[in-house]
Amino acid sequence: MQDSEDINRREVLIAGAATAAAAALPYTALSQGSGTAAPVISKVSIEVNGKTHELSLDTRTTLLDALRDHLHLTGTKKGCDHGQCGACTVIAGGRRINSCLTLAVMHEGDQVTTIEGLGTPDKMHPMQAAFVKHDGFQCGYCTPGQICSAVAVLNEIKAGVPSHVSADLLAAPQVTNAELRERMSGNICRCGAYSNIAEAMAEVAGVSA
Amino acid sequence: MKAFSYERAKTPAEAAAAATRIRGAKFIAGGTNLLDLMKLEIETPVHLIDVNGLALDKIEAMPDGGLRIGALVRNTDLAADDRVRREYPLLSRALLAGASGQLRNKATTAGNLLQRTRCAYFYDTSMACNKRAPGSGCSAIGGISRQLAVIGSSEACIATHPSDMAVAMRALDATVEIVKPNGATRTIPIATFHRLPGGTPHVETNLQAGELITAVTLPKPVGGTQLYYKVRDRASYAFALVSVALIQQKDGTGRVALGGVAHKPWRVEAAEKLLPRGAKPTAERLLANAKPTHDNEFKLKLVERTLAAVLAHAKELRS
Repeated sequence: MQDSEDINRREVLIAGAATAAAAALPYTALSQGSGTAAPVISKVSIEVNGKTHELSLDTRTTLLDALRDHLHLTGTKKGCDHGQCGACTVIAGGRRINSCLTLAVMHEGDQVTTIEGLGTPDKMHPMQAAFVKHDGFQCGYCTPGQICSAVAVLNEIKAGVPSHVSADLLAAPQVTNAELRERMSGNICRCGAYSNIAEAMAEVAGVSA
Repeated sequence: MKAFSYERAKTPAEAAAAATRIRGAKFIAGGTNLLDLMKLEIETPVHLIDVNGLALDKIEAMPDGGLRIGALVRNTDLAADDRVRREYPLLSRALLAGASGQLRNKATTAGNLLQRTRCAYFYDTSMACNKRAPGSGCSAIGGISRQLAVIGSSEACIATHPSDMAVAMRALDATVEIVKPNGATRTIPIATFHRLPGGTPHVETNLQAGELITAVTLPKPVGGTQLYYKVRDRASYAFALVSVALIQQKDGTGRVALGGVAHKPWRVEAAEKLLPRGAKPTAERLLANAKPTHDNEFKLKLVERTLAAVLAHAKELRS
């Protein structure tokens, strides 16, 4: 039952996207000249959540689209598709990045961790559990990106990476509310769950927000 | 996005040669700006040369006491480098004021210099823009120009350069190292790396076709109090309305460069002589002959006030 509901929801979303594409057709038709070159297919091998995948992809495929459309890891979300919202945040080579602003073919041999690799409903990552406990979301759309970013942010602070609000560039940065908010500014939440996200992160870091 | 072929370059010279051989080819490193523009078909390369495999990701001490920053050093790593934090804190501060954590993890030193304006009319392909489509006109002039340039602009373009890092590098007198397609190298001082728009706003730097940036070097540390103030519409993750990079010595002399006001990092060495006399005369000289629009004339006062705040902070730190 749950599966069929999920498929129905997805079909509705796909139908909605098709309508949006049709409405945008005049612009698309205008911007694509008659001399459009044929797609180029390239092979790439990427390790995602511990499993290596050999993919043949149109070179235009972003890491985000490879994850969602080719590996069917739909936990990672497409928000703005322009690096402005952070919904597509994944951890590649140990660092959080916007998966929408990087090509899959540029990740040959890379290790990528998505929300699916952090934890499962039965065995949640501490950050996932803390988001649930502190109501770190409402609609949930930005949440996978928020959680991937949050996990990486705590590692960045631990590694001594300074931020815009670090008062002393030479001192080890601390897990403060101001630090968490500044470091999470690349993840937008239109439901406005920010204060609860900061509380969830503080709990995982073992401090009070 | 238009289709393109893709290769991974093995050496800087090979990359530069490929870019010359294939008409319409582009280098890609972090990709955070280029891919964004390719999605909008503002950039339409037919071939991408991935330069990430070139060993240009090191920060090395120079014999003269300076620092050589590889073109591929990520913004996060440059801002966090111990030597940069200690000896060139202005650069760390400017980098940390820019973009988001995710973007800084990908964006490179050379790519930051080469990023394109965020002028809304450049991004909107239904609008006239001499930078995107030379000769088509400028919809920003007479349009909504609050974010745009107040000085050094032309009748063809009033876009600004969006980088914070470049503003700090301008104040630090950085030099850009380049490899040519024939393997020869040359350097360009940061002061003349970016161009004013004039009649050719689509030509943004003095790089020649096929040339590849390999590094940016900083002269030996100049000390002093180094501060970067950025004024923007939200507290984080937004482009500057105005930014001020200051290096000031104990005797009050120093250097100042501005971001968010021009087509390139804005520095007027003659204005720096006025620094000991305070913000007002310095800002007036920095922005002499400014041509703001109705929407952005507030930036002139904002520069003076931001400079006053930075100078007050610097004085406090020196006392």
